[in-house]
Amino acid sequence: MEQFWEFLSFSEPNIRYVTFGSILLCGSAAVVGSFIFLKKKALVGDAVAHAVLPGVCLGFLLAGNKNPVLLVTGAFVTGWLSLVAIDYISAKSKIKEDTAIGLILSVFFGIGILLLTYIQHSGNAAQSGLDHFLFGKAAAMVSSDLNVFSGIAFMLIIAVVLFFKEFTLISFDIDFAKTIGFPVRRLELVLTTLTVLAIVAGIQAIGVVLMAAILITPAAAARFWTDNLKKMVFLSAAFGGVSGFAGAFISYAAPAMPTGPWIVMVISVIALFSFFFAPQKGIVMKLISRKKMENQIREENILKLLFQLGQKDGNYFQQRSVNEILAKRPFKPKQLISGLARLKKQGFLENGDGRWKFTRAGQKKGARMVKLHRLWEVYLTRYLRIASDHVHEDAETIEHIITPDLEAKLEKLLEYPVKDPHQSDIPYL
Amino acid sequence: MIQQVEDPAVEVHDLTVTYHKKPVLWDIDLTLPKGAIIGIIGPNGAGKSTLIKAIMNLIPHGSGYVRIFNRDIDEVRDKVSYVPQKESVDWDFPASVMDVVLMGRYARLGLFKRPRKADKEVALDCLKKVGMDAYKSRQIAQLSGGQQQRVFLARALAQEADIYFMDEPFAGVDAATETAIIELLREMSEKGKTVVVIHHDIQSAMEYFNWIVLLNMRLVASGPTAQTLIPSLLEETYGGKLTLLAEVGNLMQKTEFTGRDKR
Repeated sequence: MEQFWEFLSFSEPNIRYVTFGSILLCGSAAVVGSFIFLKKKALVGDAVAHAVLPGVCLGFLLAGNKNPVLLVTGAFVTGWLSLVAIDYISAKSKIKEDTAIGLILSVFFGIGILLLTYIQHSGNAAQSGLDHFLFGKAAAMVSSDLNVFSGIAFMLIIAVVLFFKEFTLISFDIDFAKTIGFPVRRLELVLTTLTVLAIVAGIQAIGVVLMAAILITPAAAARFWTDNLKKMVFLSAAFGGVSGFAGAFISYAAPAMPTGPWIVMVISVIALFSFFFAPQKGIVMKLISRKKMENQIREENILKLLFQLGQKDGNYFQQRSVNEILAKRPFKPKQLISGLARLKKQGFLENGDGRWKFTRAGQKKGARMVKLHRLWEVYLTRYLRIASDHVHEDAETIEHIITPDLEAKLEKLLEYPVKDPHQSDIPYL
Repeated sequence: MIQQVEDPAVEVHDLTVTYHKKPVLWDIDLTLPKGAIIGIIGPNGAGKSTLIKAIMNLIPHGSGYVRIFNRDIDEVRDKVSYVPQKESVDWDFPASVMDVVLMGRYARLGLFKRPRKADKEVALDCLKKVGMDAYKSRQIAQLSGGQQQRVFLARALAQEADIYFMDEPFAGVDAATETAIIELLREMSEKGKTVVVIHHDIQSAMEYFNWIVLLNMRLVASGPTAQTLIPSLLEETYGGKLTLLAEVGNLMQKTEFTGRDKR
């Protein structure tokens, strides 16, 4: 904990640089990644991330030291080459794109590892730390690296802001973009270049192996929270930034740890949380609204049943025991009792010594449910020509989703029928 | 029955289109009149979408050329609007109805410029024309098939073009949408716009279009509806592929056929 506060105080200038750098790198990668995500090119992003490794090694071999400009240039060149190769293979041969991606990823990464091993055994003292490019080490970035990488990151964000409208269009409907005369090829070239640059900028902090995660996961997580593209990109950047910040902290607190896996852990937790708890789209929220719907259906069925019993006995406000209700319809007793309790709370039922009866509002709602059920039965027999002994099951479902608006239409269309197909009265209260 | 017209909106000259070397359209040669509502009709796999895409220059031409208003398509892009099949895009994309319709203004805006207030007003106006103005803030994933088609149509209207190419605008839409669309097309035609529509239903084609193109890998007919939608020509269009033509096509795909001697 103390370490955390010390970290947060940013007393050491190096911590300041590294933290700021990581946030910027991850944030900008997430911004560019939003469009890769929308274009459904996540796997291509992964292949390019792996394919920059041989470029880094070649850059090192050429320079003889870890000159950031040469390393970045090398990474950029092989990253680009891999993209061209994937496009060429899937366009010109019978090999499909997914296979081409798999092939290119492994070939380029394999060559990268070969070169890396060669360099490590070459006895060049400057090579120490080159293996950080595999899994990332934010704290290993020195100010000259940071200048280069942060410069790239800034440029990425500015480029996306500038091309926002154009990237949106080619992600949504590329044929339309072509037909209105947009330079689609060049725009795609720009987006691809930005992708490669985002990867190149991020590799020292995150590493080539896991770079794709920071490109794609923030966007995937952000998509759960909003249907607005601008908000999505902004959220994506924020998620990326948070994980970059966490990575920088880990890198400082546990120097032996590689940063990449930690950044990926943090962004994955954010993604998982979004997956489960985002309003509307999250799984838990969906379960909750399904549960609500189930409860509503059960409550409506109880009211309907009490109304039917009342109609039969000619007394809607008679008190009835749980067993009496169960005798008419096999609810699960536990669910019935909780449903009755909820209905009491909502003011539709009253109870005394274990027996239940309608309030005025409850009787009205019960009547409505019976009416909807029977109206739908009439509709089915009249308009879908379904035999009257086949309509009950369907009406059991549909009665719960008919809105007041549809109810009015149905009544008017059927001209307020008084009997259902089974000759029971349709109540209009 | 292939009738050519003077001063055409579209001229397709000896167009052949190939997919992986296999011809899917053979030597299409036709002209389409200005201001007409034109139906392109033919069985599945006849190459109807391919023809429109080739006219729009979305796919390469094997041979032949296309002229629109007697110009190359790239010179008149601002006068041409294309409505792709609604299945061609992912409707789960994070965008609102308004966002999509505004895309129709992008050509006029050019690169790097944001939609202005005037563009938004044009877009809203186009949404009104297709009866979707109440849905302008709706997320596009929540639309029904008919509503999606209306949104695409509104986007096309926002382009304020002179000729419209629509790929199956009536597929998978409700009857109300179909009526609304055809009414809109008539209105456009009255204003002198040319509308080219890929269509499936021969029954309604009679009523909807005043010019018909019958297509089945080759051009069967092109002319006024009364003279083209006749049993003998329909039979020729729907009576299966020409087996010899198909065989030659397959042969061209299998062998590394390079075409005739380069001159």
